[in-house]
Amino acid sequence: MSLPRHLVGFGDELRREGVAIGTSELNDAFAALGEVGWTSPGPFREALAATLAKSPDDRRVFDLVFERYFFRATEGAALQAGVREADAPGGGLSDESAARIDYDALREQILEAIREGDEAALRDLARLAIAAFGRQGQGSGVLGVDVQRIRRALGLKSEPGQLVKGEGAGVEFPLTREQIRRFETLLRRELERAQIERTQTLPAARPLNELDRALPSGPAQDLAAVHRVVMQLKRRLATQGHHARGNKRHAHVDVRRTMRASLETGGVPVVLKYKPRRPRRPELYVLCDVSTSVTSASVFFLSVLHALHDSFRRMRSFVFVERISEVTDVFATERSFKAVSEAISKDAGVADVSGYTDYGRVWREFLEHVEDDLHPRATVIVLGDARTNGRDPRADIFSRVAERAGRTFWLNPEPRLYWNYGDSVISAYEPYCEAYECWTTKQLEDFVKALTRPTHQ
Amino acid sequence: MIVPGSVDEVAGGLQAVGYLPGESTALVSYLAARLGKPVLVEGPAGVGKTELAKKLAEYLGRDLVRLQCYEGLDEAKALYEWNYRKQLLRIQTEAEGTGWQAVQDDIFGEEFLLERPLLRAIASAEPVVLLIDEIDKTDQEFEAMLLELLSDFQITIPELGRIEARTHPVVLLTSNNSRELTEALKRRCLYLWLDYPEAERELEIVQLHAPELPETVARRLVEVVGMVRELDLKKPPSIAESIDWARALLLLGAEDIDQKTFRETMSIIVKHRTDLDTVAERVGVRLAA
Repeated sequence: MSLPRHLVGFGDELRREGVAIGTSELNDAFAALGEVGWTSPGPFREALAATLAKSPDDRRVFDLVFERYFFRATEGAALQAGVREADAPGGGLSDESAARIDYDALREQILEAIREGDEAALRDLARLAIAAFGRQGQGSGVLGVDVQRIRRALGLKSEPGQLVKGEGAGVEFPLTREQIRRFETLLRRELERAQIERTQTLPAARPLNELDRALPSGPAQDLAAVHRVVMQLKRRLATQGHHARGNKRHAHVDVRRTMRASLETGGVPVVLKYKPRRPRRPELYVLCDVSTSVTSASVFFLSVLHALHDSFRRMRSFVFVERISEVTDVFATERSFKAVSEAISKDAGVADVSGYTDYGRVWREFLEHVEDDLHPRATVIVLGDARTNGRDPRADIFSRVAERAGRTFWLNPEPRLYWNYGDSVISAYEPYCEAYECWTTKQLEDFVKALTRPTHQ
Repeated sequence: MIVPGSVDEVAGGLQAVGYLPGESTALVSYLAARLGKPVLVEGPAGVGKTELAKKLAEYLGRDLVRLQCYEGLDEAKALYEWNYRKQLLRIQTEAEGTGWQAVQDDIFGEEFLLERPLLRAIASAEPVVLLIDEIDKTDQEFEAMLLELLSDFQITIPELGRIEARTHPVVLLTSNNSRELTEALKRRCLYLWLDYPEAERELEIVQLHAPELPETVARRLVEVVGMVRELDLKKPPSIAESIDWARALLLLGAEDIDQKTFRETMSIIVKHRTDLDTVAERVGVRLAA
């Protein structure tokens, strides 16, 4: 296949992964390649990235697809041409050379290569590691499992604060997650290459999964991202108001003001006065599950709460485990996220006897708290995994909450795949609310779109 | 005026005027100059997005035309405006005897046009570098208005017709990512993501701007700044602030960054009260007493 054809194929693959690429962008890519020397991998990749990937998220997908596509393309071409690495002089590894390798020496060399950022050496080392690993007969035949087993056998890990060092050697420095990931990618690629050679076929292309796609980020960056999404939410609410005002300006004549104005013209209503359309100001009630089953998600949820409080004045928030507790004041008085989460875990009075969520009780208490305040313009948002630990979901009380509120949303931190498995009872609540899967900021954005959609009144 | 011949030339040229570009920065700048496509530069605040435009202009030997965006920026401020005072005077001086048609033809001529940055950039006789700073601060409507300019380098003025660019500007748009830009705008641009530089590059940058600072101090400074950026701060220190700090340390004649020096000077890189506490607590204690 020719290069243009490959590029178009690459563009197609990016589109399948959700990167919006127009024909004009592909044209740009070709034009850019005309200007740079595309015989070396660096400029070739950067020139394509500059023209095709237009956000950090897209860039991440771009890098993954780039690796995958051109790896498959070269391997495919090699298969067709019948090139085998073992045939090349000095290319393949003989069994004796593999036999002499031990893990400690390897680890040291790998650390060295990682520190110096020597990609080519790292690739060779990855193959050595695979050879050593294969010799011990621990291979499982599943790529992902093998990669992890090799990594563990080499003793490479990136726990914060933990230094990785070669046995008795002077090399000692912490590995970042990114560096480990880089090495794992190489391992995986070499394993795949070996598999392709063995089977003489290309494996079926798999789409990227959500975990690969998400930008690697610590909780700190997540917080910033969540805030950004909620800022967008605020902005969207504002502009949406304008939009509605522009379109529906002529909808309602304000009779009183029109009559008043008509006095100037002797009682003839020459100038019509319209009712101004006020942008919708949502009143939010947010319930947030902070029990142990959602520990990993609760930081995310609390940051959503935190960001929402920044943007919405008329909002009340509650956290719950077994019982419910209002934390609106905590957010109102504290600005820093750390202080807020500490205050909530310490003395927000989350009655936590068993540590298990009791949704039935939560609904009952919530309804007692706010029954008189709920009204059709209010929006209730529940952040939780709907795992009742075998207790009665009491969807009947939840339906009363939903009935009184204008809209009810449920954000579930579990992938949709796990919904209704085990003690998850989300299906009991789904008839009364719109349930969304929400554990990345992207999904939060989708929810934001739904939230700001005008209601049919 | 320079037309760059290769990526390395751009990298070298930018370096010569005091800007150390990363690999992709040099490449995208080169593509921008060669292909005549606008570049959308995104990244956290203070990584040198605006500086890139300034230095690119300096290197290419072109004038820099800058349009600072803000909420509510409109055509009259960005594109052009009719100089209505002059128009009124014109009408008054010739009130008698001239027909409507003559006056109208007269007062909607280029003489009565006030050029704003965008029009100035494309009407300039010499090619310029146009910097549209913080495009994310404007409304979507303004973005839509830019599209004609960015793809065809022309502006339509109803009274005058289409004004095409006399020269082709290099256009840079910067955004702090505070709002998602429209697809249409992104499609017309090359994309460059600028991030905080790696320690080695930042060290080079600091040394370039404060060459008298001892290397050990500079290295320590870069390390500390790196540590501070790791924290969850309201406003992480920018590159400009590391340079400021380096210069301050130079003035103070600091031999090393110890706890005392750090406490006294950290307000140069950290500018929020709550951040100051966090940094003192988390980074200050890790330095030598």
